[in-house]
Amino acid sequence: MAQMNMLEAIRDAMRVELKRDPNVLIFGEDVGKVGGVFRVTEGLQEEFGEERVFDTPLAESAIAGLAVGMGTQGFRPIAEIQFVGFIYEALDQMFVQAARMRYRSGGRYNAPIVFRTPFGGGVKAAELHTDSLEGLALQTPGMKVIVPSNPYDAKGLMISAIRDNDPVFFMEHLNLYRKFKAEVPEGEYTIEIGKANVVREGSDVTIIAYGMMVHTAVAAAEELEKSGIKAEVIDLRTLLPLDIDTIVESIKKTNRAIVVQEAQKTSGVAAEVIAQINEKAILHLEAPVLRVAGPDTVYPFALIEDTWLPTPARVAAAVHKVLEF
Amino acid sequence: MSKQPHVVHADPVTPLSVLSLDGDVVNPDFLPALSDEQLKEIMYRMVFTRAWDDRAVNLGRQGRLGFYAPVSGQEASMVGSEYALNKDDYVCPGYRDIPQLVWHGLPLYQAFLYSRGHQHGGQVPADVNVLMPQIIIGAQVLHATGIAMAFKKRGEKRVAITYTGDGGSSEGDFYEALNFAGAFKLPVIFAVQNNGYAITTPFKKQTGAQSIAHKAVAAGIQGVQVDGMDVLAVIKAVSDAAERARNGEGATLIEILTYRFRPHSMSDDATKYRTKDEEAEWALKDPLIRFGKYLEKKGLWTEEDTDRVKEEAKATVNEHIKKAEATEKMTVPGLIDSMFETTPAYLEEQKADFQ
Repeated sequence: MAQMNMLEAIRDAMRVELKRDPNVLIFGEDVGKVGGVFRVTEGLQEEFGEERVFDTPLAESAIAGLAVGMGTQGFRPIAEIQFVGFIYEALDQMFVQAARMRYRSGGRYNAPIVFRTPFGGGVKAAELHTDSLEGLALQTPGMKVIVPSNPYDAKGLMISAIRDNDPVFFMEHLNLYRKFKAEVPEGEYTIEIGKANVVREGSDVTIIAYGMMVHTAVAAAEELEKSGIKAEVIDLRTLLPLDIDTIVESIKKTNRAIVVQEAQKTSGVAAEVIAQINEKAILHLEAPVLRVAGPDTVYPFALIEDTWLPTPARVAAAVHKVLEF
Repeated sequence: MSKQPHVVHADPVTPLSVLSLDGDVVNPDFLPALSDEQLKEIMYRMVFTRAWDDRAVNLGRQGRLGFYAPVSGQEASMVGSEYALNKDDYVCPGYRDIPQLVWHGLPLYQAFLYSRGHQHGGQVPADVNVLMPQIIIGAQVLHATGIAMAFKKRGEKRVAITYTGDGGSSEGDFYEALNFAGAFKLPVIFAVQNNGYAITTPFKKQTGAQSIAHKAVAAGIQGVQVDGMDVLAVIKAVSDAAERARNGEGATLIEILTYRFRPHSMSDDATKYRTKDEEAEWALKDPLIRFGKYLEKKGLWTEEDTDRVKEEAKATVNEHIKKAEATEKMTVPGLIDSMFETTPAYLEEQKADFQ
């Protein structure tokens, strides 16, 4: 089996699908010859030609709107928005036009589009390159939201996203692109959209995370184990639809949970997860479910982001709080 | 003073017109080649559209329609531009562009359902090449570029046309679309129906540009201005643009100078922002009168024909509004099921609250 880092795995997924389906296209800013600013699409234009993988003028709303138009004609665009903060320029086309296409047309049209974007902090990028904007997408009926945490999942989820007949917002954490390599099967395989993954089993507390925070959670769990605390870690993988069943099963066992997100604390994924835990598992809880998150400020300038972002120590502290409640 | 080479110049534009206000051909070079039957069909559609608009306004007042944007005055623009296309060309409309949809094949009762806020209004039949009306100003202009790119990639000799107004030409999406169309040389026609007002804001407050057509220059596409009260001029402009697009010569921006005789929607008062003099001036340019005179002189049309079409339109509208009213009501579970191809478990749960 091949060893790939996450960006290689995502590229491999796109290569598999470009080969399999002539309707799959990749476009965005600088995705062609250079292969994107992070080289995620490197080599794909060379392999599949400029008709399939092409650069666009610099205009995010047009990239997304082009995808919507092409989607109505049976193409399956993979549209790259170069950095997450630039999705604001494309919000109408992504969150209104694409996400409502099936609904507005009563099923006559759909928008089988993958909107790819890098996001995520800890890499000292420029302002508006790293923010966690998945919460915005969660407020958008009609859009699926995926945030992989490792190369294997990234490939399987990307293939599923490309094959999905509804729009998918696929968020790729910058800090994970080249963080580590893992075994990734050759060829095609899929991971079901909407299924969480228990990445570490435990009996004392459930730590729910996604993206880079899965690794922060695992680091915290390893620290906690030294003092005899067995934490179960769940990687959400898909934020919408959310796999509440896996979370509830875990809480039935552990009776305690915390949710970790990079995004600002208020009204985000963690708030949604906790609301759903309240609806489905409140009688299994021995303590309130806590959030570990960024504070409610603008995502900070680079020099302070390491302090701003949730750390294993902050996760461990939250675990102690729910255990001692 | 001579032109300075380092300053970009844009010469004034004169709108393309074919007919005088009296229905005489003043520019025979631009007269589109149409048979007598075709000329009568065009008049039929314009008279029908006017009568349907009159009836729709009444239906709106009776509460039998929902949001409705009147179209009287714009028949030459709407009917003529659609008539210049093939049925496999794609129409990407704004909210006022219902006549183009219907003449392109959308059943009238579905247009009424759309107005009433029924989802089936947007369920365009599979063989009808239109998008449902767009509410976000200018969003459809980008969709047309995407559809045009799909045609180009598949080597199809098809064209996408999109409509917006003078207000829509101020939106960012409009410029992004023009620029993409220029950069990729896409078979798309941007029809801007400049009816003088973006709701109530007059054109002179919309832009400092001397015309909307000039905006094509910066995008590297062809810009054309046309007298939008002259249906033959509109047909000529759109036919030429479609031919260029099919020949791989790229996109055209057509500014169609037109006027809406009624307010922007059923809920605004045009007397607050328009003068009687202005309305009277535009009334003289009424596309039905002008084209009607042309046909009368050719012996192709009479007042009786107009009356007959009006009656036919009334009967058709009545039949379709009844069909719309008899269409099964929407349900919340049905709406939930239209969010995704396969309804996810969490939405199945939410459905249960409404069953």
